[in-house]
Parts: sequence; structure tokens; C-alpha cells
Amino acid sequence: MELNKFILAIIALEPEKVGGCGAPIFYAVNKEEQDKIATTMARITEGVVHDLENGTYIIVKH
Amino acid sequence: MFAAPFLEAMLTGVVTGVLIRYYMLKRDYRQYPSYPHGTTIHLAMAFIAAVIGSVAVPALMEKEFTAVTFLALAATQFREVRDMERMMLKNLDRANLVSRGVEYIEGIARVFEARNYLVMFTSLLVGGATYWGNVFYGLLVAFIAFLISRRLMGGKIVGEIARVRQGKVHFKGPNLFVEDIHFMNLGMESVKEKYLERALGVIIEPLDDNARATLANIGQRMAIAHDVATLLGLYKDVDTAEFTPILRRDLDTGRIGMIIVPIERDIEFLIEAVKRVPVLESAYRAPLKTNIGSKASD
Repeated sequence: MELNKFILAIIALEPEKVGGCGAPIFYAVNKEEQDKIATTMARITEGVVHDLENGTYIIVKH
Repeated sequence: MFAAPFLEAMLTGVVTGVLIRYYMLKRDYRQYPSYPHGTTIHLAMAFIAAVIGSVAVPALMEKEFTAVTFLALAATQFREVRDMERMMLKNLDRANLVSRGVEYIEGIARVFEARNYLVMFTSLLVGGATYWGNVFYGLLVAFIAFLISRRLMGGKIVGEIARVRQGKVHFKGPNLFVEDIHFMNLGMESVKEKYLERALGVIIEPLDDNARATLANIGQRMAIAHDVATLLGLYKDVDTAEFTPILRRDLDTGRIGMIIVPIERDIEFLIEAVKRVPVLESAYRAPLKTNIGSKASD
């Protein structure tokens, strides 16, 4: 089984909820900025934005 | 050696063989768009098949046994046709927004090989009949061969093994659902709005256990996504992967849900498009035909 889904980036509002170093983490000051970063990142990486429902977005390449 | 009946047999065989191939190519169109050059390639192949097929019986009767070995040679050739089609479709598939999938490609490649054999056998029978009788017998056999190949060509379609109906698209938080089938998690509000505004959901309910097993095949589902996207257009580009059509299975019932963001937002034709997708030969399962499968189902 090959791995074909990758977390490309994490866009977080609360720094304490993310950590490790698997993917680059971007901190946003508010939801608006988070949405903006997420859209831009998704377009650039051709990934999809997923919502973890705790104020954290991840961008995943499918 | 080139006596009149020999030539007559060859000519009838070749002409009917090529005509039948041409008829089958036309029927092909939706499954595999044949460009002008694709058509030329396959007609040329059909011509070769028809020539080889039609000389076989007269050659045997003239005791020219070496001619028959050409049949074996032709079989190798046609296996190459299959490889050629497979390679080409695989290469082209990378350029599709919604890929056909390996199973679909394999099915199409197999069809191309099989149809060349059909042409060869048609020509063989027609050539034989003409040589043995006259052109009238040849044409009669040609007509029968035409009916048989038409039957052999028509595979099942999704509409015959399942009921297709509209399903309601909705979100629970960031999670996208069609009725109670979960599809994916979408973060962006703007994307969700687009989905609610443009997306269409379809539920495919298998009619029996055979259909349930067939529709579970991932290749079959990719084929449905590809065909429907081709027919209705797709609201998607390479950098908006979130609009890729998805088919998911309801684990409890075996129903398949499909979500698609088409350009032509027309549920009636969407359902029609889903129904017309061919059931892939490689995906077809029939557990009900076995003892265990049929007993386990009740």
C-alpha cells in the first residue's frame, strides 16, 4: 500500500493545538486571515483544505 | 491459383469484415472517442484481419496449409493492438481532470482486441461460405455474423443493475453528505457555498447482491465519475482539487453515493448519464450464482 495522501501545510489559530514538524505550520491571527492563507495555499499546492473543527485547517494532497 | 471463386470469397470476406468493424467503431464513440486517425488505424487493422480471415478457408481447400499459420500471426498482432490502446489511454489519462482508471482502460483495450477477432471470424465465415457456395451465401452469413457481433458488443449498463435517483446535498459542519453518505471534509466556507449552490448528488441503489458487489469495485466507480464528468462537464481545474467528483459507498446497505459539481446543472440528464455508464467486465461480480453467495444473501 503506497501512501498517497500528504499533509502539506497546517494553518492554525491556536499555537498550542499544533506541534511537531511534519508539515509547515502557519499561524493566523483570525479566521479571516486563516481562510485567506488556506485558499492561497490550496491553489498553489493543488491541495484541498480540510477543517479539523478546532480552529485548525490542514491542506492535504490527494 | 487465383481462381475466380477464390477472389470472390476474399473480396466478400474483406468488405463485410471492414464494414462490420466500421459499424462497431461508430458504436464505440461514447466509450472511447476515436479521432479521425484512431478510426484509420482501426480500419487498417480490420482490413488486415479481414484479409487473413477470408483467405483461410479457400486456402485450406486449395491445400495451401501455410496460409493458415497466418491466423496465428494475426493473433499476435492483435494482442499488440491491445497493448497499444492500453499504453495510449494510460498516457492520455494523465491529462484527464477525472481519470478513467486502470480498469476502464483495460476494458476498452480488451474490447479493441476482441473486435479484431470478431472481424477475423466474420471474414473467415463469410469467405468460407462464399467459396463453398456463392456470394449469396456469403452475404447471408455476413448478416448472421453482424447480428451476433451486435449481441456480443452490447454489455450491461449501470441502469440495468441499479436504481439511480437524486440525493440531497448537505453539510454537517465541514463534512459533506449526500443523504446519509459521508463524502469529505471541506474547510473553506467559499467552497461549501459553491457546493450548496452548484453540486448535484446522486444515489445509486443496487438491485441485488450481484450489483452491490459490482458497484463496490473502485474501477467501476471511477468509470462512472469519468463518464458523467465527460458528458456534463466539470466545474474544476487542476488547482481546485476539492471539486473532483467522488463516489462513496454506504457500508450498511451497499448503496453508492455520488457528488459532482457539473457545468450543466441538470439532474435529469445526470441520472441518465449515470445509467448509461457501461458495467465493466473486470468489475462484474456475481456472488448470487454460487451456492455460498446465494445462501449467505438471505
